[in-house]
Amino acid sequence: MEMVTLLTATLHAAIISATPILYAALGEIFAERSGVLNLGVEGIMLVGAATGFYTVVNSQSLLLGVLATVAVSLLFGLIFSFITITLRASQVVTGLVLTIFGTGLSAFLGKSMIGQASPVIFHKIPVPVLSKIPILGHVLFNHDMLVYVLYLLVPLSWFFIYRTREGLNLRAVGENPAAADALGINVFAVRYFYVCLGSIFAGLAGAYLSLAYAPSWLENMSGGRGWIAIVLVIFATWNPVRAALGALIFGGVDVLGFKFQARGIGISPYFMRMLPYLITIIVLIIITARSQMAKNLMPKALTIPYDREER
Amino acid sequence: MNELILEMREITKSFFGVLANDHVNLMVNRGEIHALLGENGAGKTTLMNILTGLYKPDSGEIVIKGKKVTFASPRDAIKCGIGMVHQNFRLVDSLTVSENVILGLNDIPRFLNIEEIHEAIGDFSKKYGLNVDPKAEIWQLSVGERQRVEILKMLYRNVGILILDEPTAVLTPQEVVDLFSSLRNMAQEGKTVIIITHKLNEVMEIADRITVLRGGKSVATMLKKDTTRQELARIMVGREIPEVSSRRCVMSEEKVLELKDIKALNDRGMEALSGLSVCVRKGEILGIAGVAGNGQKELVEVIAGLRPVLAGSMKINGKNLTNSKPGDIINAGVAIVPEDRTSMGLAQNFNVIENLIVKTYRGSENSRRGFLSWKHLRENAEKIVRDFDIKTAGVFSPVKLMSGGNQQKLLFARETSKKPSLLVAAYPCRGLDLGATHAVHQILLSQKEQGTGILLISEDLDELLNLSDRIAVIYEGKITGVVVPGKATIEQIGLMMCGGGKECIFQTN
Repeated sequence: MEMVTLLTATLHAAIISATPILYAALGEIFAERSGVLNLGVEGIMLVGAATGFYTVVNSQSLLLGVLATVAVSLLFGLIFSFITITLRASQVVTGLVLTIFGTGLSAFLGKSMIGQASPVIFHKIPVPVLSKIPILGHVLFNHDMLVYVLYLLVPLSWFFIYRTREGLNLRAVGENPAAADALGINVFAVRYFYVCLGSIFAGLAGAYLSLAYAPSWLENMSGGRGWIAIVLVIFATWNPVRAALGALIFGGVDVLGFKFQARGIGISPYFMRMLPYLITIIVLIIITARSQMAKNLMPKALTIPYDREER
Repeated sequence: MNELILEMREITKSFFGVLANDHVNLMVNRGEIHALLGENGAGKTTLMNILTGLYKPDSGEIVIKGKKVTFASPRDAIKCGIGMVHQNFRLVDSLTVSENVILGLNDIPRFLNIEEIHEAIGDFSKKYGLNVDPKAEIWQLSVGERQRVEILKMLYRNVGILILDEPTAVLTPQEVVDLFSSLRNMAQEGKTVIIITHKLNEVMEIADRITVLRGGKSVATMLKKDTTRQELARIMVGREIPEVSSRRCVMSEEKVLELKDIKALNDRGMEALSGLSVCVRKGEILGIAGVAGNGQKELVEVIAGLRPVLAGSMKINGKNLTNSKPGDIINAGVAIVPEDRTSMGLAQNFNVIENLIVKTYRGSENSRRGFLSWKHLRENAEKIVRDFDIKTAGVFSPVKLMSGGNQQKLLFARETSKKPSLLVAAYPCRGLDLGATHAVHQILLSQKEQGTGILLISEDLDELLNLSDRIAVIYEGKITGVVVPGKATIEQIGLMMCGGGKECIFQTN
């Protein structure tokens, strides 16, 4: 019986741990599908976390907190889009700069919020009936709103990308923007839209950290989750459903550390905290070694700015 | 049927100060096949990119069915019934044929019913005799099939004016016949076809009317029946092109290159050469004919020592050099003019001198105690520039400022300077204008007369028939037959290029 309780608790926590990573990864899938690599995810997550927390502390409203996060991360998405899509600067350099900027900005603005408690947070809302199912009920249906939204977002994203007209346009722009342009698809508009969408998802990932996961503000609280999300996108070969599975694995490993520690299992907690990152590196090595797979499925125009009159 | 459907008036467009179109005029009638003829760089593609809304003209106007129009994007042009099949196909490799055809359409359901779409596209393609599997992904298709998808894409959008940019460059002779008959069908149905080309044969075969562009200007428009090949050539080039000096047979029995049952993989890890055997003799030009992608690239790389040989053997001048290092192969007397001269053949940011010595800088005549002898190098480079008639701003200017033809001449100058016993030239005239093509042909013939064995890979059968002593046909990584020009027709060779035609005259080794 005790084993079952432990397993249930671990899986439940794994979902919570996977949520911010999956939000960011889904957003990055959209951006990369349109041919833009946004390495600013980590920075946007931190800014989103700080914005959400600050707004909720001052307004006592979760809705306003989410809206403010969306607005600020949209602004970051627009800045990134303008530099990389309109001005055609290097996506890699711009993304790195955005992460450094976001990390610094959130730390600076967040100084006063350290140690404060949020008046309202995303509480767990057990789904009636469903949450009463033995084991699975607690694992899947005893979460907060943002997790439930994610349950819908994963299949919707998959359907959108592979089964709708707009999804077809999105895939075409990321694979061969010249072809899409010749057929009258507005490459610039498509890229702006999905980069901003991805940015908003990254911001929401941050808000989840400061308003549900922690829930508090800590400097650099994303702790590399933005980077893990970017790796996850490659691991998932730009497929939302696979990204969900991948996020669960990362989340599970993350949680195992705490559980081992709590039960006094004699593995160094530092080693356990390192595990998710170690697994990230191993995943990268495996994928690179079998590079044919990732290379063939990668959007062909990824990181390449589009210039219509290029000769 | 002389209803004017399209008029382009005084179109001017420049790129970074270079005039690509200089007050160009073009008038096209409904239901005709109109050839836009001109050398590379004459401004044909630029003009059509303006017509399809990809470029904005600096000045000039476009009138369609009597109405002045301006296009901000290709979508505007397609709405007006103008569609273009580009030379580099604008297809999304990872999507299916159907997905490529419906891409960008607004009047399809927001949620896609894939089976239904496959069926509709399949029916539509049969209607026009443009057969292709709607469920196949683009990367699985042959070049000819991809072109059909491009044409389908435009017809599905109900365009009235279809523009094709050099459509036959990548096709086998049989595919060209199919394409031309499809085009004639379209014209008969009242569609207007504009075909961009620099091949006179094609113009004389397919066109109703011809507009010639030269140096960015429209110089003449005429009916095909009122003109001749010779006249067109003169107008297009603006000067007489001397015929290639007649071929002399100086072939000996000595083999400079002998490949036996060579097997090698391509970049994707699939077998690209599957038991290829061929030999090149001293003083002959052996032409390799074939549709691009049948192992030509891998063949060159195997000879250069850049691609591992899995089975079989390679002998240069009788010496076994299978899987030797590129340096050893160069020292054995092999010179290579690669397919991609701009990136593999020359270092674009290097100047003329540096490009000339990248293979020989270690030699005692070029350097002393590790320092380059610049005076000697400069004099030598200036001599080569004179001898090969290379137009350049000077031996110290980077080669990226030179035109394609001059870059190619420079490349040939470097590769032939050490009197190679084997010269491999892959598509040496691709993208060159008539003048530069002529120069390259002269270089090849004079090398041959000096006793070099030459392996000439080309997709232009006329060129191969003119220059080669023997032609080997490559298909799916094997030589399917060797013919002697004059004893085989273009049609026979074309058949062998598709794996058929065993009844041809064989003359192995």
